[in-house]
Amino acid sequence: MTGVWRAVVHVLTGLPVGLAGAVRTLLVLPVAAVRPGALRAVAARRTAVQRGRFAALLGVEIPEVTAPGAMGRQVAFHLLALPIGVIGFAVVGGAGSAGLGFTALVVRGDVRAAAGVALLLLAAVSAAGLARFDTVLARRLLGPNPAEALAQRLAEMARAREQAVAAAAAERRRIERDLHDGTQQRLVALAMTLGMARGALPDGPARDAVTDAHQQAKDVLAELRGFVRGLYPAVLDDRGLDAALSGLVARLPQPVDLHVGLPGRCPPVIEEIAYFVVAETLTNATRHAAATRIGVTVVRDRDLLRLAVTDDGAGGAAVRPGGGLHGLAQRVASVDGTFRITSPPGGPTEVEVHLPCGS
Amino acid sequence: MRVVIAEDSVLLRAGLVKLLTSGGIEVCAAVNDADGLLRAVDEHRPDLALVDVRMPPTHTDEGVRAALTLKRRRPATAVLLLSQYVEERYAAELLTGHTGGLGYLLKDRVADVDEFLDALRRVAAGGTALDPEVVAQLLARRRTDPLRRLTPRETDVLATMAEGRSNTAIADILGIGRHAVEKHVNNIFAKLHLTPADTDHRRVLAVLHYLDHVERA
Repeated sequence: MTGVWRAVVHVLTGLPVGLAGAVRTLLVLPVAAVRPGALRAVAARRTAVQRGRFAALLGVEIPEVTAPGAMGRQVAFHLLALPIGVIGFAVVGGAGSAGLGFTALVVRGDVRAAAGVALLLLAAVSAAGLARFDTVLARRLLGPNPAEALAQRLAEMARAREQAVAAAAAERRRIERDLHDGTQQRLVALAMTLGMARGALPDGPARDAVTDAHQQAKDVLAELRGFVRGLYPAVLDDRGLDAALSGLVARLPQPVDLHVGLPGRCPPVIEEIAYFVVAETLTNATRHAAATRIGVTVVRDRDLLRLAVTDDGAGGAAVRPGGGLHGLAQRVASVDGTFRITSPPGGPTEVEVHLPCGS
Repeated sequence: MRVVIAEDSVLLRAGLVKLLTSGGIEVCAAVNDADGLLRAVDEHRPDLALVDVRMPPTHTDEGVRAALTLKRRRPATAVLLLSQYVEERYAAELLTGHTGGLGYLLKDRVADVDEFLDALRRVAAGGTALDPEVVAQLLARRRTDPLRRLTPRETDVLATMAEGRSNTAIADILGIGRHAVEKHVNNIFAKLHLTPADTDHRRVLAVLHYLDHVERA
């Protein structure tokens, strides 16, 4: 029953809302050619009012549309809303009030009361029908068309993906920072205390035990250091890709021909992905492929960051589901980059990655 | 010897004060950031500043920047930087122009108490103390240049030398004779086109200047 009342109120309010919308639209329509902004502003404002009316009275959400091409449709709706409002008000208001009047005759036993009930029913049915028609029209004209809806959905998904990638990166930075400020500092203090204890102890089993503990603490520190730098190299933030890659290459057991030509910086997410692409492919080249000559080139070509890692190792590397290269390819794809690897058996292996680097 | 400490971890700062004091070194101030460091150095005029690289507010390279400022304002004050990781880039920046009274060590090294205090005294005396890992990184980058002509043994000697060691110490560490070390050192200078100098310190300077030159080339 409440549905009928909602429909009735919706149809009745259609007249004042439709009238206001049509008048405002008509006022700016003649000057639309010289002041298109005014028409756009009115269309947007009236669309917001109508969306609010549909949501509050019918509980219907008309999706918002951001595409500029939707303005013409919205203007059409606001103009159509006036005749629809007039017809709705006349039919529902007329049949309803007449129906109420006749129905009141029932107290006098007048048979025309039956006609009153029929008029009330007509008012209810036409209100429901008109509300449904209005809703269909509003969805068509005020909301996005299928192509716009798809484009909007795609844009939303791209934004969500960007946020997910950024959130994962922020999380790695946070963990790195926590370990650096907490665990690593405490371990250094522990190792230092053990070092002092060892120095103070005379030769004997106690000193031997402390010496062992001291060595173990130092080993854990070294291991943790490698892990934490692998998680996120802090130097990437404050000195950029060139410095982080220099440090990475310098830590490898064999020489790498590193060429970095990077005017300016790329967005942090891109720098991080570029860093890990080079780190992972260098690990593959040195650990699995037993390469002797490795070249890394990182250059910026306008809005594109081009990475190339080549080695003369065993080759035969492929992107396998769940493998390290697969993970890299996914990370590159997550920012709309491209990942290409050629690695015939016997080598050489070439990994080429392009990442967007718009400022 | 008088030292100012800048380290933001409370635990480690207390530990360092204790360590230095136990080694007979006077700690005039222990602060937790770069601004505090510069003020403390102005106030106490220490022989050496022991500085953490990552400090508030940004926790990135405050220590490196403070060290460079300090070296510019008070060249006579020695600076020993400590960090959880050593980065070749920071080393290169630090070594550009200043090599005397400068040290850059992994924080882990404080665990080896005696060696750490040795390094600290060496730096305070105007010497250099580079972490073996820094040296390895600096050398790794230069395997395509004249350093490539060095034999593995000569590279070991150069790396140990860059840590600020004397010939006797190098001989001990590498387990070879002092005369062998001298021969290697002469070969290194010959291959790098450097004129051998008299003292260990000037020798290190020459090597580091050479490395620095290659860095910029």
